[in-house]
Amino acid sequence: MSEPILSSKLYVGIWAALMCLTVITASVAFVDLGPLNTVVALVIATFKALLVVLFFMHVKYTSEKLTKMVIVCALFWLLILLFLSLADYGTRAMTRT
Amino acid sequence: MADSPPLAVEHDEGLHHQFVDREQQRNAASLGMWLFLGTEVMFFGGMFCAYLIYRYWYYKEFAAGSRSLDIWLGTTNTAVLICSSLTVALGVRAAQMGKRKLLVLLLLLTLVFGLGFLGIKGVEWYDKYVEHHIPGASFSAQDLIEQYPQLHIDPAPTQIYFSLYFAMTGLHALHMIVGVGIFCFLTYYAWRGRYTPQYHTPVEIGGLYWHFVDLIWIYLFPLLYLIDRKPLK
Repeated sequence: MSEPILSSKLYVGIWAALMCLTVITASVAFVDLGPLNTVVALVIATFKALLVVLFFMHVKYTSEKLTKMVIVCALFWLLILLFLSLADYGTRAMTRT
Repeated sequence: MADSPPLAVEHDEGLHHQFVDREQQRNAASLGMWLFLGTEVMFFGGMFCAYLIYRYWYYKEFAAGSRSLDIWLGTTNTAVLICSSLTVALGVRAAQMGKRKLLVLLLLLTLVFGLGFLGIKGVEWYDKYVEHHIPGASFSAQDLIEQYPQLHIDPAPTQIYFSLYFAMTGLHALHMIVGVGIFCFLTYYAWRGRYTPQYHTPVEIGGLYWHFVDLIWIYLFPLLYLIDRKPLK
C-alpha cells in the first residue's frame, strides 16, 4: 500500500473551511456569550486543529497505526499535565496579594 | 530449492539496508517525526499550563492585556499561516506527483507566507515596545488602567500576561524561523531535482513540522487575542 495522493480540490476545501472558521472565531469574540465565549473559541480552535491534522498532515489516510498511537499518547500526556495541574491550583485557597 | 526467491531483485540506491522496502523506510521516517512532534507538544504544553493557571488567577489582567493586542493583525497572521499550510500541503502533493517546477513554486510561496507572518509579528512586537508593554524596568500598564477602569487591574499580574505573550509568541516565532530555514533547504534541493515520486520524504517531514507550527498558532490566537473582546458594561 503506497501513500494516497489527495485531490487539490480537497486541500483547497479544507483551506476555505479554516479561513471561514478563523473569521467566525474572531467575530464571535465580540458577542457577549458570558463564559461560553472561551468555550466557543476553544471548540473552533480544536475543530481547526482536527482539520489540519487529519487532512493536511494525512493522519486520516495513513496506514501506520503507530503514528496514530503516538498522537493519542502525546494528547493524553498533555491532558494529564493540564488537568492535574488545574485540579491542584484550582482547589487551593488562594488569596490575591 | 527451485522456487526460492532471488536474493536481490535489483539494487535500490536510496533504500537503506535495515528496511524491507521504500514504504517501510518512509513510514519509519514519518513515525520519527511524529515522535519529535510529541516532544514538542510537551515543550509547548508546559507554557500552555503556566498560561492556564495564571489566567485562572488573574483573569481581569489577562483580559485587559488581551484587549491591548491588535486583533486585525492577529487574524491576518492566522490567515497568512493557514495559506502557508495550504501551499505546503499542495507542495507535498506536487512532490508525490513528481512536478518539480510546481513544487519549487509552492515552496517559495510558503517561504513568502512564513516571512510575511514573521514581519507582521515584528510589527506587533514593535507596537508593544512603543506602548511600554514589554515586561521589565520600562513596563507600564498605566494606559490599560486608564482605558479599562471597570476592570480594576493590577500592573504586576498584567506584566505576567505580557511575559507569557512574549514567551509563547517568541517560542512560536523561533519555530517559524527554524521552519523557514528548513524550507530554504527543501527549496534548493527541490530546484536541483532531488525529490521524485519515489523519494520525497524530506518534503513530507518538513511539511509535518510546518503544519505543527501552524497548529500551535491555531491555539495561541484565541488564547492570547480573544480572551475577552465583548463590550464592557
